[in-house]
Amino acid sequence: MSTADVLVIGGGLHGLSSALHLARDGADVTVLEGEFVGRHASGASAAGVRTLGRDPREMPLALRSMEMWHQIGDLVSDDCGFHAHGQLRVFETEAQIAAETRRIAELEAHGHTNEQIIGQDTLRQLVPGINPKFIGAAYADRDGAADPHRTLVAFRAAAERAGVRIVEGAPVCRLSEQRGAWRVETAQGAFAAPTVINAAGAWGARVAAMTGESIPLSAKASMMMVTERLTQTIRPVVSIVGRSLSFKQSSQGTLVLGGGIQGRYDLDSGRTAMDFHALARGAAAAEELMPAVKGARIARCWSGIEGKTSDLLPVICPGKAAGIFHIFGFSGHGFQLVPAAGEAMAGMVTTGVVPEIFLPFNAERLTTKGAAA
Amino acid sequence: MKTEHDILIVGAGPAGMAAAVQLADLGFAPLVIDEQAMPGGQIWRASEGPRSDAVRRALGPEYAEGADRVARFRLSGVDYMPGTRLWHIEPGFQVFMSRDETAFSRRYRAVLLATGAQERPVPVPGWTLPGVMTVGAAQILLKTSAQIPEAPVWIAGSGPLPLLYMRQLLALGGQVAGFLDTTPKGQASRVLPHAMAALRGRGDLIKGVKWLRQLRATGLPWLRGVRDVQALGQDRIEAVRYTAADGRVHEQSAQVLLLHEGVVPSIHTTLAMNCEHDWSEAQGCFIPRTDERGMTSVDGLFLAGDGAGIGGALAAEERGRIAALGIAGRLGQDAPAAHLHAAHAGLARRLASRPVIDALYPPSEAQIPDETVICRCEELTAGDIRVAARLHRGGPNQVKAYTRCGMGPCQGRQCGYSVNRILSEEYGQSRAETGFFRIRPPLKPVTLGELAALEEGREAP
Amino acid sequence: MFKQLTDPKEPGFQVFVDGMAVSARPGDTVAAVLLRTPPHLARHTPVRESPRAPFCLMGVCFDCLATVDDQTSVQTCLVEARPGMRIERPRGKLKVAQ
Repeated sequence: MSTADVLVIGGGLHGLSSALHLARDGADVTVLEGEFVGRHASGASAAGVRTLGRDPREMPLALRSMEMWHQIGDLVSDDCGFHAHGQLRVFETEAQIAAETRRIAELEAHGHTNEQIIGQDTLRQLVPGINPKFIGAAYADRDGAADPHRTLVAFRAAAERAGVRIVEGAPVCRLSEQRGAWRVETAQGAFAAPTVINAAGAWGARVAAMTGESIPLSAKASMMMVTERLTQTIRPVVSIVGRSLSFKQSSQGTLVLGGGIQGRYDLDSGRTAMDFHALARGAAAAEELMPAVKGARIARCWSGIEGKTSDLLPVICPGKAAGIFHIFGFSGHGFQLVPAAGEAMAGMVTTGVVPEIFLPFNAERLTTKGAAA
Repeated sequence: MKTEHDILIVGAGPAGMAAAVQLADLGFAPLVIDEQAMPGGQIWRASEGPRSDAVRRALGPEYAEGADRVARFRLSGVDYMPGTRLWHIEPGFQVFMSRDETAFSRRYRAVLLATGAQERPVPVPGWTLPGVMTVGAAQILLKTSAQIPEAPVWIAGSGPLPLLYMRQLLALGGQVAGFLDTTPKGQASRVLPHAMAALRGRGDLIKGVKWLRQLRATGLPWLRGVRDVQALGQDRIEAVRYTAADGRVHEQSAQVLLLHEGVVPSIHTTLAMNCEHDWSEAQGCFIPRTDERGMTSVDGLFLAGDGAGIGGALAAEERGRIAALGIAGRLGQDAPAAHLHAAHAGLARRLASRPVIDALYPPSEAQIPDETVICRCEELTAGDIRVAARLHRGGPNQVKAYTRCGMGPCQGRQCGYSVNRILSEEYGQSRAETGFFRIRPPLKPVTLGELAALEEGREAP
Repeated sequence: MFKQLTDPKEPGFQVFVDGMAVSARPGDTVAAVLLRTPPHLARHTPVRESPRAPFCLMGVCFDCLATVDDQTSVQTCLVEARPGMRIERPRGKLKVAQ
């Protein structure tokens, strides 16, 4: 049996980030990944680095993360393909402008200045070719997007350089506790450590159940599509108020379209399937946003399985059993939070104190009792 | 044309046409879709085309049979939709297609994939240069357009198709500067074990021997035991370089270089449907698993023709009939057992000489040079794949994610086997174990506008 | 690169390749026409602007992509030439009209 100070279950970006930060703090860390690193939500991510429109309860963590994204090379020795070209949420009615203005004023009242309202002229400069029916946008100029695979490679390599051991093809089948140590049985043998981080994404509740803890969690499989390469004209990530669309152009020139339209998934096999009648709505929204992209060919569509909570906030907290820590359920917007969540997780594991920025993410809020309180 | 059909047949080549005719005989009314403008598949492509007698004569009696098959298919009255691309199948089966840049989807109880084969990609340095094509491509140009390559023409590779094509080309007054035969020396000894089985397919082999004799009689420069073929040039091929059997390197002026190393089943649709596939050592490719009625591991999804294993047009027709009987049974109308037995006996006869052909012309196992482009779409080399493999030790899907290899419009149809081969060499594991890319829809690129219009539930054009 | 064995009995028609009139015949695919029209290309690739010509002619390789009657990235080996058809050979990434 192999031993470590910390076992991380799940080789997605959050698992890798926690492992990296802990190893930098001197811990002996092993990551146990069921398939291969980044197989599900992390590898299928649109890789938006967004504070725009975030739930206020996530803002402290998102803002700390944004600082780290702007210096991401310091953390993982690679820029992860991150470009801060901004994120935009466009709107078409005066009523929407009013609502967005109110929302941003409220943010400012809390001291957050990451968003501003821009008018049509600025919008047209930022998104040449945008449908003139869109009259303005909420804009976060320090936001942007990264390259998901490059980010995975960078976090993995940095973790390995820091001494993290990564075991792939090791799905976890059982957890048990004996005299202060957790024993984790996997398809590649047993591992033991006093501390276990549950970063199992959509399978997070299953891992929690193995420790005797019940956490309500569902899943989602947001569909993505990518087109052939087009000349570079759009830098920011664009979404439309009230519609399921996120629209960006990658550095290769491909249009990467997402926005949370749901495909089908099966947690047992880990497989996903497209729902093209639903995806057609995303294509229609893209065409509406920018009519000239109508003729661009879709090269590929995919989705990954991601954990989803009832309030769409993640679960990041100590487990009920001693030595267990949870970090999963990011509900489709965890990519941006990766650097800071790992940093704070390492602090929480090392000190045993739940940091303030994690307080909104306790698992109890999701149980009926917690919700009623 | 009816708008509702229980059965969809994808592909109007030998297998698809035979299956359609058989199903019509049994009282079913399938819909046949095909990417091409005319029925016949690649082997009998443009059978109805307005070609001259000289071209028809040169294409030979095997091609002439196609006209009769196409006529029979037309006469069967089966609904047929040419120029139609299949781009996705949802289980159950909701099938997504496009025609005239208009996408639509329909539901079927059974689907028969008769999508045939593609030529095995032959990555050699310079194979992306204009002027370098496949032998099959040149033959298609002959069939559709009576079009022949301009001298100097070099043909490199192995297998029956180069021999057939050179015979046709020479008959039409074309020239071949040289046939760079890359078949490894000493293949005859590998063939002996299959001799007994082949006796049943004697006719095919005698035909082959006759071709060879005729070809030799033309005085065609036939260089055996050639290796390390390369295309040289800036914006198009200017010369071909190769190492002769005696180890000497030659460089010759070239206008056209045609490559061929056999054909492999088209597996993108069955991979996308998560069908089970097996690695065939004999044919050096993955083959979707089918049962005795031609059904894949996905209930209701049938497969016929070269897509179920390379066997040629006549074997494809038998497989088409077998699958048709299988589909009839699946839809509750069992045909007499004798029908199925007869088709299986026919298939065995048609496949009898195949082991000899497979053993005579094995795919190249030589290492792909580092500088050779293997992903034509993303322009990545064998060296790029090796670097990614050494860095990440991942399978084909991880290498794809890290390098973009296989992410272009061809979706890995040209690089899939090269990646499989390189990773299997790097990791010292079998080709079967190494596996192939996971295939993402759409199987053929559709435009955003086409997909957006799907929402309106538009009917087929 | 390729030449057609013409039959005087066969009627022909015109298509336009990058604005230039080129003769075609019934049954010709657009790819076949490109392979006998100098400089015998379909396009320059969007990745490195390398010149490419139709390669497989059976819908597999996607090297024959060109613009046909304003529709971009058409597999020209799967499309029959029709009288008056306009074919453009793209250079590099497709431009999004604004």
